[in-house]
Amino acid sequence: MAENHPVGVQWVVEAQRRGAKVIHVDPRFTRTSALADLFVPLRAGSDIAFLGGVVRHILEEDRAFREYVVRYTNAATIVSEDFRDTEDLDGFFSGWDPDSRTYDPDSWQYEEMQVAAASGQRELGAAVGQAAHGAHGGALEHGEPPHRDDSLEHPRCVYQLLRRHFARYTPELVERVCGVPRDAFLEVCEALCENSGRERTSAICYAVGWTQHTVGVQYIRTASIIQLLLGNVGRPGGGILALRGHASIQGSTDIPTLYDILPGYLPMPSAHAHDALEDYVEQNSPHTGYWANMGAYTVSLLKAWWGDAATAANDYCFGRLPRLTGDHSYYSSLAGMVDGTVKGMFVMGENPTVGAANGGYNRAALRNLDWLVVRDLVEIETASFWYDAPEIETGEVKPQDIATEVFFLPGATHVEKKGSFTNTQRLLQWREQAVEPQGDCRSELWFMYHLGRRVREKLAGSMRERDKTVLWLTWDYSTHGEHEEPDADEVLREIGGVDLTTGECLPDYLPLKDDGSTACGCWIYAGCYADGVNQVARRKPGAQQSWVAPEWGWAWPMNRRIIYNRASADPEGRPWSERKRYVWWDAEEGKWTGEDVPDFMPDKAPDYVPPDDAEGPMALRGDEPFTMQSDGKAWLYAPAGLVDGPMPTHYEPHESPFDNALYAQRSNPARQQIERPENPYQCGADVFPYVATTYRLTEHHTAGGMSRWLPYLAELQPEMFCEVSPALARERGLEHGGWMTIVTLRAAIEARVMVTERMKPLTVDGRQIHQVGLPYHWGSRGYAKGDSANDLLSLALDPNVHIGEYKAQTCDVRPGRRPRGAALVALVEDYRRRAAT
Amino acid sequence: MTERVGFFTDTSVCIGCKACEVACKEWNNVPEDGLNFTGESYDNTSALGADTWRHVAFIEQQHDGTPRWLMSSDVCKHCTSAACLEVCPTGALFRTEFGTVVVQQDVCNGCGYCVPACPYGVIEKREEDGRAFKCTLCYDRLKDDMTPACAQACPTESIQFGPLEELRARAFERLEVLHVAGEAGARLYGEDPDDGVGGAGSIFLLLDEPEVYGLPPDPVSTTRDLGSMWRAAAGAGAALLAGVAVAAFGGRR
Repeated sequence: MAENHPVGVQWVVEAQRRGAKVIHVDPRFTRTSALADLFVPLRAGSDIAFLGGVVRHILEEDRAFREYVVRYTNAATIVSEDFRDTEDLDGFFSGWDPDSRTYDPDSWQYEEMQVAAASGQRELGAAVGQAAHGAHGGALEHGEPPHRDDSLEHPRCVYQLLRRHFARYTPELVERVCGVPRDAFLEVCEALCENSGRERTSAICYAVGWTQHTVGVQYIRTASIIQLLLGNVGRPGGGILALRGHASIQGSTDIPTLYDILPGYLPMPSAHAHDALEDYVEQNSPHTGYWANMGAYTVSLLKAWWGDAATAANDYCFGRLPRLTGDHSYYSSLAGMVDGTVKGMFVMGENPTVGAANGGYNRAALRNLDWLVVRDLVEIETASFWYDAPEIETGEVKPQDIATEVFFLPGATHVEKKGSFTNTQRLLQWREQAVEPQGDCRSELWFMYHLGRRVREKLAGSMRERDKTVLWLTWDYSTHGEHEEPDADEVLREIGGVDLTTGECLPDYLPLKDDGSTACGCWIYAGCYADGVNQVARRKPGAQQSWVAPEWGWAWPMNRRIIYNRASADPEGRPWSERKRYVWWDAEEGKWTGEDVPDFMPDKAPDYVPPDDAEGPMALRGDEPFTMQSDGKAWLYAPAGLVDGPMPTHYEPHESPFDNALYAQRSNPARQQIERPENPYQCGADVFPYVATTYRLTEHHTAGGMSRWLPYLAELQPEMFCEVSPALARERGLEHGGWMTIVTLRAAIEARVMVTERMKPLTVDGRQIHQVGLPYHWGSRGYAKGDSANDLLSLALDPNVHIGEYKAQTCDVRPGRRPRGAALVALVEDYRRRAAT
Repeated sequence: MTERVGFFTDTSVCIGCKACEVACKEWNNVPEDGLNFTGESYDNTSALGADTWRHVAFIEQQHDGTPRWLMSSDVCKHCTSAACLEVCPTGALFRTEFGTVVVQQDVCNGCGYCVPACPYGVIEKREEDGRAFKCTLCYDRLKDDMTPACAQACPTESIQFGPLEELRARAFERLEVLHVAGEAGARLYGEDPDDGVGGAGSIFLLLDEPEVYGLPPDPVSTTRDLGSMWRAAAGAGAALLAGVAVAAFGGRR
């Protein structure tokens, strides 16, 4: 966090000043470790074993917050007797189909219930096979509660399933798999347990070190289980803080640049299942919880996009939305480019030939495009791939053989445009424009607006049915200045929602209707322009308002700073403790109140019990805080919504020098593999004995487009380097400050050698294992140049969210610089031969 | 003169982000000074100089088998008794109304006397320019009642700016907290008005010996002893002259 979020870590330092204990668990000792009270190194890729060990410790040492767990989670819920655990099937859950390498999740469901993911997954999963954005809760028929055993004794209740599932995650196993000595592990367990409960809360922070694995989603799930067992969700000082990779990454999933969701996590309709709006809503929304109002969110989105053209008679233009015909994620699209089915690509604010795994494969894909548009601040490696790339240097590829037409369009920087960022904690903050962009540089908003405008001009007068989709769009933002910059405020206003009958901005998402009388670009953002005021731009200093600081920026939904905060009160609506009071039931006023906007129906009493015919949020009890879930409970066990299992399980990374200590099944069986000759991988320690992990440095920004070209940043970390322990340096003859070559099946790169005691060899499964640290910022262009770490990596993805495994692969290292030209190709070929034998 | 201001750099909360280095260069238009991979941990800046007015040192240590990584942002000390200023023949170096020491670039003639005079090795001549440069404690910002760029950019309040006496009190308070917390190696640096430079305008809280951070343990203003040196020299000279006279007269014998 100190390494990549130095501005955010000031609050960790502040907490430390007030007595908080900071624990850092990471493969290497970083700037965060330097400030932490306790640093615990572990083997990259072994986190579920570690976190699962914490879960077991909590369960077996009876350290859970029992009342919270029984009342607020699905611990008591009984699971179908058809369910089989990985413990029964040697690394597989029930429902595995080896041919399609996917799970049928039917047997994971609650007993006697048809439970499916509420929104986004159900039909999508069937149609596409792999996708999970927008999975929100089981569909309960009219609030009928699942079978429960509040004593938590039933052998098939979630609590007992968890106990059985994690029974083997003992401190001894953690030591064997993670390389973490058991006393250090137990110190972490006890620190967490002692600092949780009624009076205290603990927070868990993570970043891409957790997400970039073939089991990344399940890492976060394990952390969620810990936080729920300890009662650390929905309460101040608790939670799981997802630290984003760069500005507005949260925003780019809320209002997505992802292929499988629409704004506000509405599922993208499928070509095979959703011809009509009614079918889409019926198939994707549960009857209970807030997702039951999905129709209103969808129609309001369609009204925002197609305005007056969207009417009840034409299904609000639902038929004009794009449809999914399969997996259209980035890596699948790369395969399409190599195969010639994807002809063109826009790359905006991203440098995939440096930032994405297996750079060579990325470049092979670009070489096969008809056209490529790159918008960035400078001519990054992704734009120059056709004349300045490793394959050009070795002579494998010649520029004259590449037919891709490349358009480079310069972008405006963040100080040259205004708009909002949505970051960690779902907080929207507004930035003003400081200066005009220079020359031809323009904002993304300018580019997208004027691209759309020009396309519409070309289509004007067309009578073709398909062109109406574009022509009917509301594309009426006002522009200003010599460059005709669209007004970002107007865009935010559209996102924040409008009552079409009065023209007034919406206060929040509750008034959204499915009758076409409201328009809202993103239902969870509804109210960000309440009262016609840009709420996002508020900057009232913290000292001038309450400690929750509701008037600094705006948080979705409804400016709520902690979601599910009903859980900060006990089932009767009283704060769990005075020390941690946050929201509570005011019996005299008959409403919820507190420090934050209560995350509950304002007047639903704690003792409310829904009648049989209740629907939507009224189908949930007054003591069920998790209102987006159709059963109102937080899920320790996910009966639906995930494609690789209802509970997290330790699997080795796609590429690992170790076998799985728990099962014959080495890696996540449902991981998304890209089996192509350009993307080989290798398990075992014979040829590639070391674990490689990639990361970022404070001084640079992701793939370097914003930092390597800037002298003031480039001089701070001028060269690609590789961090190794003194022991590995001795083993391989690496000289501090000299050069080394790192080799995988994909590529060989060179780096300066950084020998440091901060890299510690670990003892895993009885043998010493070395980890190699690779910052990934460099490329062949810019002011500070160097080889790209990501060229080394194989592509293998988390099956839920299609994120690559960047954090744990295997490699070999050698002293000295890499060979040049054909000799470099020969070196990698030699390794491939050795690995194949 | 207004109240004397300065820095308190609390290295115990420094996270080594180098925002101070960048903010300083940006605000003061200090040139980039080379792409040098030094191998000195994450420090590729190495030292203060004409083109580096803030420098973050990274020191890797081992304590009972556990790594410790010290980070510390160094800067001009703006000494009470500033030798650089005292040896400056042109008056280019002067003490401002804020009690800070600043080079007037339009007056500096590049004689370079100040460079060896500084006991910390802070001030340096810019080779291609010839003149001497160092931290101004953002004199221009102070005139506009603004915080110096480095302190403004520091995310963890490792670099604090304010009236020196206030900072000194804060430094002692923080030291006490760390001592109570068991940080036995914590100490202040530059806080003593009776030290060799008459007390620094930049106070530091360190977690180890000053030498570990590349700071002189007992800095002495190179001009502090000039008076007594001259007196001693004058005495020696008089004695020498007397001897010569004796010799001369003696020679007449």
